[in-house]
Amino acid sequence: MLVPISWLKDYVDIDVPVESLAERLTVAGLEVTHIRYIGLPQQEVPGLQMPRSDHLVWDRDKILLGRIVEVKAHPQADRLVLAMVDYGGAELEQCVTGATNLFRYKDQGEINPPIWSAFAMEGATVWDGHSDKAKRMTLKGKELRGIYNKSMVCSEKELGISDEHEGVIVMDHDDSYIAGAPLADALGDVLLDIEFTPNLARCFSMIGVAREVAALLNVELRYPSFDFLAGGEPIAGQVDIDIREPELNPRFTLTLLRDTEVKTSPFWLQHRLKLIGQRPRNNIVDVTNYLTFELGTPLHAFDYDKLVERAGGRPTIITRLPEPGEQLETLDDVLRDLGAETILVADTAGALSLGGVIGGGETEISASTRNVLLEAAAWNNIGIRKTLKEQRVYTEASTRFSRGVHPSQAILGCGRGIELMRQIGGGTVASGVLDHYPRPPETVTIDLPIERVNRLLGMEVALEAAADALRRLEFEVELIGDVIRATAPDHRLDINNDKVVGQADLLEEIARIIGYDKIPNSIMADEMPPQWENTTVIIEERIRDILVGQGLYEVISYRFTSRESEAMLIPAGARSSLPEGDHVQIANPAASERDVLRKTLLINMLESAVNNARYQSSQQLFEVGKVYLGRGDLLPEEPLHLGILLTGPRDEPWWQGADASADMDFYDLKGVIESLFAGLHINDYSVQRGSHSSFHPGRSADLYIGRERIGSFGELHPEVAARFKLTDAKVICGEIQVAPLIQQHQRLHTIAPLPTTPAVLEDIALVVNADLAAGEVEAVIRQAGGRLLKDVRLFDVYTGDQIPPGKKSLAYALTYQDDNRTLTDKNAAKIRKKIIGAARHRLKAELRA
Amino acid sequence: MSNPIEQIRGEALQSLESVTDSETLAAWRSQYLGRRGAVGKLFGQIGSLPQAERAAFGQQVNALQAELDAAFNAREELIRSQSMARDLEEGDIDITLPAHPRRRGGLHPSTRTHREFQSIWADMGFHVYQSRDVEEDELNFTLLNLPPHHPARDMQDTFYTSDSRVLLRTHTSPGQIRAMRELGAGGSKPIRVILPGMCYRQEQITARSEIQFTQVEGLAIGRNIRMSDLKGTIAEFAKRMYSPEAKVRFRASYFPFTEPSMEVDVECFLCGGEGCRVCKYTGWLEIAGSGMVHPTVLRNGGYDPSEWSGFAFGMGPERITMLKHGIQDIRYFWSNDLRFLQQF
Ligand SMILES: [Zn+2]
Repeated sequence: MLVPISWLKDYVDIDVPVESLAERLTVAGLEVTHIRYIGLPQQEVPGLQMPRSDHLVWDRDKILLGRIVEVKAHPQADRLVLAMVDYGGAELEQCVTGATNLFRYKDQGEINPPIWSAFAMEGATVWDGHSDKAKRMTLKGKELRGIYNKSMVCSEKELGISDEHEGVIVMDHDDSYIAGAPLADALGDVLLDIEFTPNLARCFSMIGVAREVAALLNVELRYPSFDFLAGGEPIAGQVDIDIREPELNPRFTLTLLRDTEVKTSPFWLQHRLKLIGQRPRNNIVDVTNYLTFELGTPLHAFDYDKLVERAGGRPTIITRLPEPGEQLETLDDVLRDLGAETILVADTAGALSLGGVIGGGETEISASTRNVLLEAAAWNNIGIRKTLKEQRVYTEASTRFSRGVHPSQAILGCGRGIELMRQIGGGTVASGVLDHYPRPPETVTIDLPIERVNRLLGMEVALEAAADALRRLEFEVELIGDVIRATAPDHRLDINNDKVVGQADLLEEIARIIGYDKIPNSIMADEMPPQWENTTVIIEERIRDILVGQGLYEVISYRFTSRESEAMLIPAGARSSLPEGDHVQIANPAASERDVLRKTLLINMLESAVNNARYQSSQQLFEVGKVYLGRGDLLPEEPLHLGILLTGPRDEPWWQGADASADMDFYDLKGVIESLFAGLHINDYSVQRGSHSSFHPGRSADLYIGRERIGSFGELHPEVAARFKLTDAKVICGEIQVAPLIQQHQRLHTIAPLPTTPAVLEDIALVVNADLAAGEVEAVIRQAGGRLLKDVRLFDVYTGDQIPPGKKSLAYALTYQDDNRTLTDKNAAKIRKKIIGAARHRLKAELRA
Repeated sequence: MSNPIEQIRGEALQSLESVTDSETLAAWRSQYLGRRGAVGKLFGQIGSLPQAERAAFGQQVNALQAELDAAFNAREELIRSQSMARDLEEGDIDITLPAHPRRRGGLHPSTRTHREFQSIWADMGFHVYQSRDVEEDELNFTLLNLPPHHPARDMQDTFYTSDSRVLLRTHTSPGQIRAMRELGAGGSKPIRVILPGMCYRQEQITARSEIQFTQVEGLAIGRNIRMSDLKGTIAEFAKRMYSPEAKVRFRASYFPFTEPSMEVDVECFLCGGEGCRVCKYTGWLEIAGSGMVHPTVLRNGGYDPSEWSGFAFGMGPERITMLKHGIQDIRYFWSNDLRFLQQF
């Protein structure tokens, strides 16, 4: 909400720079997001940083209040006139102007009552009114169609008040105005743009803000008068009220103004509304808007005669829920279907307006309205929120009522509103206010021991200081020993009747007014909770570290996907290997391709690879993140998975590396996974032939811990790869459940002593059937080699010339070592003999010559 | 004519003079000093000499061998020093040629920031408590003092699931209730935890807003937790996270689940509080929301709010990462673009 300081000063004296005030408000929770200056200079406040404003500062000697005494015709130009301005100088100044709003005074002689405007003398700097961009110009004397001119009467745009450039500023006569006084004193202003959190509903008006300012600066708050001058018949005989939903409409008040004139509002009212971004309409509607902003009590004005006409006599205002199928055309020209939740203001003939939200078209104020019935009501904020949800119409009134306006305020708005209307438009106010108030909110009184304040704030607050803070906010305070008994003022709905909650509400107000900066910083002296260790987090991070250590980059993906995207992972006709469980369906997705939560990380890995492939041939990615599996309970399971993807050259291409740039394949990922398991010290796992349908059946594997399959990895199925257009290089990826890794990892593992005896190294090459799995061969070698065979490393797989067809040669480097003694050649020969024997016998292997 | 020893000696020393590389030197050595070399042969002749000459001949051959050994060593040393000098002189490479690219790998920036947070909070006795992403409306809102139709629900644009009781958490705060219920032992034990995790909001995806983001929330509950403790603890965090001189400002604010509630600003670490574009010339950067745990929330977690109190705070790692590294676009975070990730 925009808050002009000039308006605020109606209610509170401000003895600090506006910039300091903005800071105080911000720290107290009324966040000033922007300060807009009109004509006045920005002030430097030591220790306070703020954005530099480049607004126009009005020269106090050259931009003045001027009185336009007469308007004469320009002898040579129809579209120009000569405004004769009294600016306090010895003679009148003649200003050539094209301002259309002065034309009606042309050659009419002396203007009475005089009109006031903004006068800029030669040498003054103003904005160029004809420029689309903000451009300053300094006034210099020159001829305008034959008449010498050196000064001007200004538009709002030229002074930086608004974008208005149709005519010059025309102000109503005010006895306090002096020709030649600095304009800055009359129209100079500063606007605070304040954002209110939902708890600050009571602040959503000028008086609401002024109340906070008064409390913070510890100065008095001046309320405007809420009385009105009545002279007419009692209202009671002229209209009735029938509240049918008192929970939704706890209070409804009416006043009546007869024989008034609907016309344009005076300058001061229009100016204030325009400053805060409201469009002036007519005096009646403007006053209802004005009260919305002044007091935070939205009002609604009806054309009384139209109500009488509809009722065929004395109207009855009814507040009720809609009938089935009921409709209403509102002021915004929308014909609305009224659902069950929308509270209505109606009469016996039908709906009149959406209560607390927007009026109906039929009974609105028009130029011919003579008699005005003014509504000031209170609405249940949740009821209004339901209306808003249903009708999707947002107005200044609904903004306030949906946050909550205390019903006590209605009667104040009613009185102030009708009196302003009377003063501006004339007429006679019916005596009395018709006030139906079936549900006054209960008065909230909370006992707050000062000891609790001190204990919760962590500082000693004097009883009187705490009481004073609350009094400044208009709480009624009584001290009973060391207990503050505080009664909430009648503009607040946010103080809870529950004792402990209410105490917290008061505590916040005390802390806010004392200032959060006054509360000391302390170190918790409270009992330390038992210390524990989150193994899941530790292992999760360990997994990340191991993978990063191997040159992989961690990614974090959207957890949203679509069924269609995940279906791309399944080759035609294959059964899905994705985790079992239902998708979590998003009811209001951001986009249709993100309408479920993922069940697999593979989709994210592939989509990332597709995106990166545009820039990078070689990719090594992983993600540790949740997947979401509906398994029949209210909430889905959220297991943590690990996804890995490798693709492209094993080594980044470089000038020496022509031969190292072969593409990564299955064995690269197998290596990554083995290193991961080694790093977690998980030994008891096995790699078996792959069964995951998203992978190439012959080039993939399943990972097992015991009998549990914990993941799969391998070369992407060519059909899947084609769908993702990932065909330039093999894509190797995998997905592993993290929980089994956490369960199986060895927290403590023993370190073997370093051998002190020499090892004997030896190579053997075995010729076996080509389809025999290397894993089997190694298993046989290890078993036969026994305790003394320390290491087996396959270093060559060969098929070709020297090997019979259907066979292959596997060459192994073997390491024999005995921890207790030095092995002799003879010992080594014995082991070798056993190995070769077992290979011959169990694998039908031949020793390669 | 001449003595064979002298002849070999002359021949050997002379040919050694012309040896300039280690291969030729090795050949020279085996020619003269090897097992079947010239000197060896002389030793072999000893047996065929008359008894009387043997000793003298033997001595001469020994002397020859010693002399040639010495000459060999000298020559070897000469060749080595020459070749080292040559290597130093001629072995220059073009050091401006591109390096062999190594694979560095890297953690996601959000993970990095989370780790920083976690280690600082762990030092202060806060352990990680992980909670779920898909959450009950009840825990995400109602039990946190946000009943249906509460105005503050407007502050959160929520992703709901096909079951209207279930949503994607809009903040990590529902974890507060879970942590209290799980660790509080029926409201009888103090708690200090941080709750990290992914949160979700139904927003337009723009350079400034995302539909998912991570959050770290902290919760301390005890019989004597004070607002001054909240201030002191957050100030301590800011010192460790930003700089030992980091100034902190607390502003009144509103969160339904805390009261009093405060926004925490830290003096802009980019301009030192002088005012810059990033801090919008205010000298302050907003780093956290915080407050004393609302009595209703304590109650919903099983604690008696007249006996127990607590504080809570929440921070956005992405925002802090963006500030630290001058990242202009939040969409980078989940884009998985290696050109972004490789810069960390
Ligand atoms: Zn800055």
